[in-house]
Amino acid sequence: MIPAAFDYARAGSVEEAIALLVEHGDEAKLVAGGHSLVPLMKLRLAIPSVLIDIGRVAGLSYIEERGDEIAIGALARHHDLETSVLLKEQVPLLAFTAHQVGDPQVRHRGTLGGTLAHGDPASDLPAAVLALGGTLVAQGPHGRREIAAPDFFRGFLETALAVDEVLVEIRVPKVAGAGWSFQKFNRRAQDWAIVGVAAVINGTAGIALVNMGATPLRATAVEEAVRHGATAADAATAAEVGTDPPSDINASSEYRRHLATVLVRRALEEASS
Amino acid sequence: MALISVEVNGTRRQHEVEPRLLLVQYLRETLGLTGTNIGCDTSSCGACTVLLNGESVKSCTLLAVQADETEIVTIEGLGGSDGTLHPVQEAFREHHALQCGYCTPGMVMAAVSLLAEEDQLDERGVREGLEGNLCRCTGYHNIVKAVLACAADKETLTGSSS
Repeated sequence: MIPAAFDYARAGSVEEAIALLVEHGDEAKLVAGGHSLVPLMKLRLAIPSVLIDIGRVAGLSYIEERGDEIAIGALARHHDLETSVLLKEQVPLLAFTAHQVGDPQVRHRGTLGGTLAHGDPASDLPAAVLALGGTLVAQGPHGRREIAAPDFFRGFLETALAVDEVLVEIRVPKVAGAGWSFQKFNRRAQDWAIVGVAAVINGTAGIALVNMGATPLRATAVEEAVRHGATAADAATAAEVGTDPPSDINASSEYRRHLATVLVRRALEEASS
Repeated sequence: MALISVEVNGTRRQHEVEPRLLLVQYLRETLGLTGTNIGCDTSSCGACTVLLNGESVKSCTLLAVQADETEIVTIEGLGGSDGTLHPVQEAFREHHALQCGYCTPGMVMAAVSLLAEEDQLDERGVREGLEGNLCRCTGYHNIVKAVLACAADKETLTGSSS
């Protein structure tokens, strides 16, 4: 399968990428690792006329401590996340979740910024960033702005990024010592999650769902139940509140609702143990 | 068209390519390196796995332009120029880790990358490390045996098990 023809431009810096986005508008797409976009282009579900390659922009692959947070450059790859000693110590949920994405080849190319900006509700890492209450930093022609993770995902493959903005950084709170869990249910090793659950219990609970609606979702009803002292099993009954899971070849929406209840219970139990 | 310069199996190659040309097509059709197979063409099966700067990647899901200024190793570049096999190739032969052979180039390249990354590998580690490569003949058992044998040899050589 061959993508439709497009013009290719390699950006040497974020500023250059923004200038190219300003020039080409929504005809253009940014590409980093390309492991979400290139498959869509091969299927001709995405037909950008200009591809702006930010994969070589220097200085955007860091994973570093910044006060109470860990700051991650948007070009840090899943492989960088899963092997980061700092992340394993301070935000183990994120390192573990990165290891659940695809397979080693995919993790050698896919980036954290790419998977977030793609906004696929079936992706694993957006749910982890949601559960952690992360902050996303977008840079546009007029500088940088911060977007709280729950405000970032707007619709199916739609995010809060403007057409002239580049996602440059992701920050998540340090949660060393917090309880956490990532539950992924799929049929084959490298598959997308049929349903997934990310959970962090650190005084308060952060729970997010994979593939239970048009966007990665926070399970706010579950979080509230946990806050009021509900058991894992009782809190998990609220897993489907506010969801709108798809029916597809893998599972009906009814099955996904049931699965969410089971996986949220398991996640809460593991995170509390 | 875009000019790319890639070091493939130790040789610098330069070509004007269409931006939409996939790396696997560049390797197979432009360079004639047909050892890298196209299987699913959807980044699932791993038959097209090559090393990019030493790391396994699926060449059906990379544009050739994304590989500009990188080093690529394909199955053709793994063994010695005198025809000697790479230790992973040798282990695949020794342990009968192939039947039809279609997945083999990708499986070998994925194993080389895995062995380079992991100092110690048990059976579970090998099976998880090869999750991006599908084989429809062998049931994986002999592939896993071959890679485990390489891991054991590596530990012996480097003393990393001690």
